[in-house]
Amino acid sequence: MSLPSTAAGAAIAIMIMALVTYLTRAGGVFVMSRLPIGPRVERFINAMAGSVLVAVITPMAVQGDWGARLALLATLAAMLTLQKPLPAIAAGIFTAALWRLVA
Amino acid sequence: MSSETPGAHMDLAGVLTGIRRMAPLSLFVVVFGLAFGVAALSRGLSGLEALMMSALVFAGASQFAALELWGDEIPLLPLIATTFAINARHLLMGAAIQPWLAHLPPTQRYGSLVLMSDSNWAMAAADRQNGETNVGMLVGGGIALWLTWVLGTLLGVIFGSGIEEPQRFGLDVIMGCFLLAMLVGGRRDLSMLLPWTAAALAALAAMTWLPMHSHVIVGALAGGVAGLLFPAREEREATA
Repeated sequence: MSLPSTAAGAAIAIMIMALVTYLTRAGGVFVMSRLPIGPRVERFINAMAGSVLVAVITPMAVQGDWGARLALLATLAAMLTLQKPLPAIAAGIFTAALWRLVA
Repeated sequence: MSSETPGAHMDLAGVLTGIRRMAPLSLFVVVFGLAFGVAALSRGLSGLEALMMSALVFAGASQFAALELWGDEIPLLPLIATTFAINARHLLMGAAIQPWLAHLPPTQRYGSLVLMSDSNWAMAAADRQNGETNVGMLVGGGIALWLTWVLGTLLGVIFGSGIEEPQRFGLDVIMGCFLLAMLVGGRRDLSMLLPWTAAALAALAAMTWLPMHSHVIVGALAGGVAGLLFPAREEREATA
């Protein structure tokens, strides 16, 4: 099942995303007022939150060109040393641009 | 009801204070919004669509991840699953402040949650710990973040539409670098390495053998299950 990325299709997709996101925002409060969220559910959600990012990033590294791979490496290195997202993202963009200028 | 956790109320003064307290941090949000606007255009979204997404979804990481799924067609189930999995942390955030918000009338309670995001939630939760009864930080902070996120996206759309070949300037990697920075900057204890490895391997396997775009769902579930089955050692010792 998929939507065409026409103006109408994209608008519907965005509405669906907005609805799903609001359900996560309100859902915790709604559910918690009826039954408490246990430690097992909390563990699952915590592990899933990072895992979904890993699942999105991994193909970029595997299928991307060396510019993309080196960009991700630069971001990772900058994040581990500086712990600041903005310089880390800038380092990634700069690395990819530099690689494509040279290669 | 419970005397140890004071209940919450909302007023205009509290909301204005919340906006003011979030203002310094919001300036950074402009830059992230700008990055999103540029990335969205390079993935073929129109400027209006990028703005609409920022205004209505208002959740950076899931918006960047959605761009990855955007093509001539937008696969619905992976879009819903990705958005849910990335934003599932909101469930825990909401649950944590539920006893506080329970004192608000339902319209205020579920209305203020529209604006709940990582940083205004963190500051509001800290307020609550300190015995604050005003939820203005949650609402006002959210308003400041929303305004700067949409403003940043607008700037990105204006700036991005002037660029002919975004990949020459490395702008196509913004998405991946943003998500990686969020991943590493979040919960960075070593106990997450196991679920993350499981997620990476499962995503690669799904890419090879399963239908297109299923790798996100498969990876997220594999990581979640790995985290559920193998809790961090400290946690096990603490509960033992």
